[in-house]
Amino acid sequence: MILRYLLEKEFKQIFRNRFLPRIIFAFPCVALLVFPLAANFEVRDIRLCLVDHDRSHASSRLVRKIAASGYFKLSRQAPDHRSALSSVESDESDMVLQIPPGFGRDLVGTGTSRVTISANSVDGVKGGIGSAYLSGVVAGFADEIRQEIHPEPAGAGPGRIETVPRLRFNPHLRYESMMVPALMVMLLTMICGFLPALNIVSEKEKGTIEQINVTPVGKSTFILSKLLPYWLIGLLVMSIGLVIARLVYGLVPLGSLGTIYLFACLYILAISGFGLAISNHSNTMQQAMFVMFFFVMVFNLMSGLFTPVSSMPEWAQATTRINPLSYFIEAMRCVYLKGSGFRDLQPQFLALCACALVMNGWAVLSYRKTT
Amino acid sequence: MERFLSFAKKELLHILRDKRTMLLLLGMPIAQIVLFGFAISTEVGNTKVAILDLARDEASRRIERDLDASRYFEVVAHLEDAAEVEPLFRRGKASLVVVFQDGFRESLLRDGSAEIQLIADATDPNTATVFLQYATSVATAYARENQPPAAAPVGIVPQVRLLYNPQLKGAYNFVPGVLGMMMLLVCAMMTSISIVRERETGTMEVLLVSPVRPIFVILAKMAPYFLLSCVNLATVLLVSVFVLDVPVAGSLPALVLVSFVYILLALALGLLISTIAATQVAAMLVSGMAFMLPVILLSGMMFPVESMPAALQWISNAIPARWYIAAVKDVMIKGLGFQSVAKELAILSGMTVFFVAVALKNFKTRLE
Amino acid sequence: MNVIETERLTKRFGDFVAVDRLDFQVARGEIFGFLGANGAGKTTAMRMLCGLSVPTSGTERVAGFDIGRQTESVKKSIGYMSQKFSLYDDLTVAENFRLFGGIYGVPSREIPSRTDEMLELLDFRSEKNTFVKSLPLGWKQKLSFSIAIFHRPGVVFLDEPTGGVDPVSRRRFWELIYEASDRGITVFATTHYMDEAEYCHRASIMVDGRIEALDTPARLKQAHGAASMDEVFRNLARKATRRAD
Repeated sequence: MILRYLLEKEFKQIFRNRFLPRIIFAFPCVALLVFPLAANFEVRDIRLCLVDHDRSHASSRLVRKIAASGYFKLSRQAPDHRSALSSVESDESDMVLQIPPGFGRDLVGTGTSRVTISANSVDGVKGGIGSAYLSGVVAGFADEIRQEIHPEPAGAGPGRIETVPRLRFNPHLRYESMMVPALMVMLLTMICGFLPALNIVSEKEKGTIEQINVTPVGKSTFILSKLLPYWLIGLLVMSIGLVIARLVYGLVPLGSLGTIYLFACLYILAISGFGLAISNHSNTMQQAMFVMFFFVMVFNLMSGLFTPVSSMPEWAQATTRINPLSYFIEAMRCVYLKGSGFRDLQPQFLALCACALVMNGWAVLSYRKTT
Repeated sequence: MERFLSFAKKELLHILRDKRTMLLLLGMPIAQIVLFGFAISTEVGNTKVAILDLARDEASRRIERDLDASRYFEVVAHLEDAAEVEPLFRRGKASLVVVFQDGFRESLLRDGSAEIQLIADATDPNTATVFLQYATSVATAYARENQPPAAAPVGIVPQVRLLYNPQLKGAYNFVPGVLGMMMLLVCAMMTSISIVRERETGTMEVLLVSPVRPIFVILAKMAPYFLLSCVNLATVLLVSVFVLDVPVAGSLPALVLVSFVYILLALALGLLISTIAATQVAAMLVSGMAFMLPVILLSGMMFPVESMPAALQWISNAIPARWYIAAVKDVMIKGLGFQSVAKELAILSGMTVFFVAVALKNFKTRLE
Repeated sequence: MNVIETERLTKRFGDFVAVDRLDFQVARGEIFGFLGANGAGKTTAMRMLCGLSVPTSGTERVAGFDIGRQTESVKKSIGYMSQKFSLYDDLTVAENFRLFGGIYGVPSREIPSRTDEMLELLDFRSEKNTFVKSLPLGWKQKLSFSIAIFHRPGVVFLDEPTGGVDPVSRRRFWELIYEASDRGITVFATTHYMDEAEYCHRASIMVDGRIEALDTPARLKQAHGAASMDEVFRNLARKATRRAD
């Protein structure tokens, strides 16, 4: 079996490298410890600048309610709108709440009143969610006042609709619960994508590939010998990830580990095959690195890792159908948080099978023993 | 000087001849900007909703229609039974299930209030928070419409003004980030790899024994990347202004000045990496792991620095891209002028001087 | 019996004809010197014979197989030593033998004994477990050669096997070539050293992609009225119009 000798060689080369083994072990650890802390879109501690022209009982009650909501931190009291805006410009505050004169009087007298919320929306998530939170608190405050003024008479015609939200799968709205399983996918992409992409082209740069090309070794045997080591490394990285998720974040998949490993096996094949294909098409490591960097970035951004797929435009959603990351990320989140089983994830499974086949077919075909 | 120019020309030719890399270097920022601008949106929309309508009355059907008509929701399924909810979520077919209890309208008429249950897939906390809010407001809007005018409601009308980015475009946040990352990629990574490659292949020695002073050899290697970065800066700005409608709201000279300082800083980093790394792979790993990742994660390019734990925020102060991105946001998006970025400019200049000094010291010791 | 036969073998790169209608035969057991100035097309021709490069036109048969159609079968019966050292330098000497032995289908039981035999031949036993990267150049080249003949091929192609090596080592290297030839391995070698050309059974001289002369060294010298192969070579190479790069 030629494959055995080639595999022996690949493993020796990987473990004799000064950097690779360290990276294979250290990168997942560091990444899983730091990424979830940093990759956090959670909006909290919004710095609020207050412009209170009213200074009434009602306005100070509103401010107390806002402070008690837990989302906001009062950063400044400004005398007027202009100085409030400049505090946003200099990044001391994220939002401005302006309470007009006569706010309390109008509220009790005419029943309606207004406030102005100005949110720094350079970061759309923060601006959008922050202003939604603040509007919510203000509406809640209005409800409170209404209850005090007109205690609800029963049977008074069509009235209020109460919505009762039930938060499934992530009841405490922890951002890590969503990020950690997806980050494992990103880790596999980095390690099992970049290393194969650099592998074949480095043999080209060193010239060793020529000595292989004059031998009768088959194309698919050669590609397989490059693929299998990363397959094992990937499964190892995955296992490290699962352990860290359990120990550090207390995350245990609700579904079966078997499903996770099955998907991981397929996904690693797909992404390593892709890396090898890029490597075959490149002449220098620098080229391979850049091409890979480009695709990994696009794959990551378009996969639903950071932003929901459903909020992309149609054409962009269509691209997620050929993006192996999006299938694996969806599967990981489903298994981890919802306890989905293999049968629930059949479409993703089949799609990943197709990706793996196409990528590796491409890798074998693009490997040329002749020029 | 003439020698310097001929060296720089040789470097430029090297880069221009590698068509694929050129294409990537010039095309990547544009692709990134376009993706960020058009495809990546942090706005929550088209949430898939399933309806479990046990009431089947006029009111429930009306709210369902309102939901479907809203651009935030898309009704994808009608359920018959509460038991269908779980499998639907497990297969990821819907993110929200709206449940109307039997007798929804009656209780609304009789008791003046009724309940709608919103079962949300809260896997993604932000998205869930937002779409729950939207769903609630659809229901409330229905209730308000059907309120008899007599019962004057008590309400506070919040006037919301979204400053700088009223449409909540993702691009406003990402354009500065892409600039910050590209410069580092082109300058730091490319220069370091190309210097190390010359050392690996031995051509560096040929250059160093020539009568040109070593530092000029290095400067000549950097000059084309400086040019390339300027081209990138220009294309990114043009694409964001004319394609994405992200304006340069503030002073353009301030933006260019701070960008130049940042490019110099990135070049100094590239030189520094090249003095540390012995092989191309090492140069890639060092610049990839030690520079790119922190930039993507900790510079505020994607993730708000304020949401990070204190230790990470502290580390992020040492990352040049953080200051550059902050300055670009101030000038480009918020429309501020020179004074507002004075602090960032000072920090970046200080860092540049520091990195140049360290890199030169390393470079000299390597030569000796 | 001929081990290598080419007929109008041609390779074009765009407008440039690197190898122009080569016709020649090499007999079994022969040591064939393939000479020519830099850029004359030697390496390109050799790469075609090894199946590393596809000819633009013409046919070539090596070890009884048509290279165009039976590329992989040809590869089993040839060995190749490239101009640039191309063994794995992060593997040891023995590991390289094991790898290439394995790839060429040498039975795994035989690999250790053949390795020892080779090391004996090269006087290399002490370096069995040395990493290849730490060997001196001359040794690396002997190692490349022994790996090229490890699976006992019918033909071995050597592309400038002694480039950059001192005269004593070159001498020793040619002894190895003779030993291989004695065991029935056909040797096809390019070289720049004309003293080495004298060691060949027959030699050809390529100029501008074409074979200008082909015969035994003695007869070549006679035909050109030259005292050495060096003179013959300079005579012919003067006609070259192509600039060496």
